[in-house]
Amino acid sequence: MAQTLTVPRSKGPDGPDVPPELGDYRPGGDAAMRKDTAKLGIWIALGSISMLFAAFTSAYIVRSAGEDWVPLAVPWLLWVNTVVIVASSVTLELARRAFENSRPLGFRKWLLVTAALGVMFLVGQVMAWGQLAAQGIYLQSHPHSSFFYVLTGVHAAHLFAGVIVLLYVLSLAMRYRLIPGESSAPAICATYWHFVGGIWLYLLVVLFYI
Amino acid sequence: MSDGHDDHGHGKQSFISKYVFSFDHKMIGKQYLSLVMFMAVIGGALAMLVRLQLGYPGMHSEFWAKLFPTGMASGVMTPEFYVMLFTMHGTIMVFFVLSLGPVSGFGNYLIPLQIGARDMAFPFLNMMSFWTALPGAIIILISFLVEGGAAASGWTAYPPLSAIRSAIPGSALGQTLWLVGMIFFVASFTMGGLNFVVTIINMRAKGLTMMRLPLTTWAQFIVGILGLLSFPALAAGAILLTFDRSMGTSFFLPHGMFIGDTLLPNSGGSPLLWQHLFWFLGHPEVYIIMLPALGFTSDILSTFTRRPIFGYRSMVYAMCAIGFLSFIVWGHHMFISGMSPFLGTMFTMTTLCIAVPSAVKTFNWLATLWKAKIRFTTPMLFALGIVSLFVTGGLTGIFLGTNAVDIQLHDTYFVVAHFHFIMAGAGLFGMFAAIYYWYPKMFGRHMNESLAKIHFWFTFTTYYGVFFPMHYLGIAGMMRRIYDPNTYDYLKPLQPVNTFITICAFILGASQIIILVNYFWSMFMGKKVESENPWEANTLEWSLPIEPGHGNWPGEIPEVHRWPYDYQHPDAEGDFIPQWVPPKKAVTK
Ligand code: HEM
Ligand SMILES: [Cu+2]
Repeated sequence: MAQTLTVPRSKGPDGPDVPPELGDYRPGGDAAMRKDTAKLGIWIALGSISMLFAAFTSAYIVRSAGEDWVPLAVPWLLWVNTVVIVASSVTLELARRAFENSRPLGFRKWLLVTAALGVMFLVGQVMAWGQLAAQGIYLQSHPHSSFFYVLTGVHAAHLFAGVIVLLYVLSLAMRYRLIPGESSAPAICATYWHFVGGIWLYLLVVLFYI
Repeated sequence: MSDGHDDHGHGKQSFISKYVFSFDHKMIGKQYLSLVMFMAVIGGALAMLVRLQLGYPGMHSEFWAKLFPTGMASGVMTPEFYVMLFTMHGTIMVFFVLSLGPVSGFGNYLIPLQIGARDMAFPFLNMMSFWTALPGAIIILISFLVEGGAAASGWTAYPPLSAIRSAIPGSALGQTLWLVGMIFFVASFTMGGLNFVVTIINMRAKGLTMMRLPLTTWAQFIVGILGLLSFPALAAGAILLTFDRSMGTSFFLPHGMFIGDTLLPNSGGSPLLWQHLFWFLGHPEVYIIMLPALGFTSDILSTFTRRPIFGYRSMVYAMCAIGFLSFIVWGHHMFISGMSPFLGTMFTMTTLCIAVPSAVKTFNWLATLWKAKIRFTTPMLFALGIVSLFVTGGLTGIFLGTNAVDIQLHDTYFVVAHFHFIMAGAGLFGMFAAIYYWYPKMFGRHMNESLAKIHFWFTFTTYYGVFFPMHYLGIAGMMRRIYDPNTYDYLKPLQPVNTFITICAFILGASQIIILVNYFWSMFMGKKVESENPWEANTLEWSLPIEPGHGNWPGEIPEVHRWPYDYQHPDAEGDFIPQWVPPKKAVTK
């Protein structure tokens, strides 16, 4: 008998031919999926941004073990800012609810209020930096102040981007481009905004309570 | 097809929207590849200059003096110039060639085609990502022209060289531009990664489950995730470094540093902190470069052995494992940084774990090849080359990953040999394999096969000629990044080896002209493709018409009925069944 070679041969993971009904069905790129796509996109982007702050945090923890570490007191303005940013998340939720319930006017109003609160936060942040500088605590004064300026600066940049997004959504709303139950822009923008708010609370804890 | 974007017929597009600010993933992929080829020529030329110095240290040449009036003013290369050369060689090759090529180039081109989508999930973001990569590349190139020259602190940009602007000439404006260029690169790569992940999760054709994806797409999926999670660490490091450079902070700068006779005001910072941040990115980054090549290899081996890839599932799990492990091994680049031996041992253990999934992949390939009737096309030759390079480079990784051994080998040419085999070699050969394999799909013409084979044999042999002897140099104690080994007596006997390497390197460099010529010549003069599936392959991109428009498939998107490796299937009429062929009616189970 001729030697038969048993060649290593693997089967397809689903066995040879699985009827398509068993595969998970994704109609490539039609409009209904787009909404889902944008939502998935924002969550993944948030994962990436989280890694940015995680990297800063680990740098912060390593550096805070240095001998030249001088702890900084919380500038009181930051508490005002914290209230502002928490309030902005609340108003954005109100906006979103108005949107889902087809109250376009309420939607635009709360969106505008949120954006205004965002701007207030940014102004407050600049004033907080000013307060510190007035006490003679500058970026390069000592490592804690360096981290304070850099981390709050990076956060402010993200919040600034959020304000732009809010205004963009507002402009879409003004042009009647958003359809309740269909458009995902408000939800996506809210996800991002709450995340940036959350990062603020996180930074407060890292910078002053660790 | 109701949605306007999905429509095939776009009518007449203007030149600008078709070739410049294109949203079409196929065009964006080609744009990336063109950019990569240009950068590769520059990066390659820099390598040739590095080898010139090492092969013939101190060589005097009036010609070079004219060409580089600062770097070689007296006709002899200056050390500052040499340092800049290898720094920019590494930067350009790692980021602007081997990342932008296999990932941004082929990823963009192939992902929608292999998953049956009309485009990436966010076409605008995709266009933006190319148009941020391009300025990044231009900034990097411009940095050669500024006063002091381009950055010169290594591709790893370790402080203090990278943090003190007056440290060396390259630390000045050149390093600043390096950082700016990198920020553009990171932005571009992050946008791309986001697109990859969302597209693969959300836009697969009907019937295409994750476990039916071609391994190329699996690799790109994992690469996307790795990029999204690791590049932010580099971004954080780059931001802190920028503050150290220009705002007087001391994140990375310790106390007691002198430039000339002046004591720097910094205190308390830690250069090691940068190394941690950098390598937290750096190690995943090397896998970002290599994983696509492993994906191409699997697909190409399967096509040209006419065999199902052996152990598909284990291939997928191995890539996931490699991806996960790549985040917890970065310390192996810092064994001699004074890290506690206990921590070092932990990093050794995680590092050596990577050898396991790597070996799984290698043995799966060997099993696929075992007694197969191989079709020796050029893509196949390059894929086999990758298997060889991967084994050679993987084995030296195990030496280096063992902390006791690495104390001896760190920062020697052994490391240079290691990463040129595994990362640079696999990445480069992967790009070549992919070019030869997908060229007929990309341009509707074949490349010249004889030229291609000549290119392979020259590249493969001289590649080993260049990098294999470096192992011995490293073991003999020749440090990497050294300007002139002959300053040390004990390195003098090694000069013939260095000269040999340089000769091989010149041949290697010159042979790349072959592929450049072939690539552009075939675009206009190559034999026209007659079938949309010239290699008789199974993956979805081969169901595309020969000249696809924006939107890829003219009619409905094909439905997927099977995994991509049904070669020599009992039901097959030839010896293969593509993914889009429905199961036989008669088959009942
Ligand atoms: C079995 C798996 C591997 C192990 C155990 C391993 C281990 C190591 C170690 C310990 C080093 C540091 C050597 C030193 O500086 O003293 C190193 C360097 C390097 N490895 Fe690997 N490696 C492996 C696979 C890879 C792969 C797959 C790639 C890329 C695709 C890669 C790319 C690099 C690069 C680029 C460097 C040098 C970085 C530099 O200092 O410039 N390695 N490897
Ligand atoms: Cu590594």
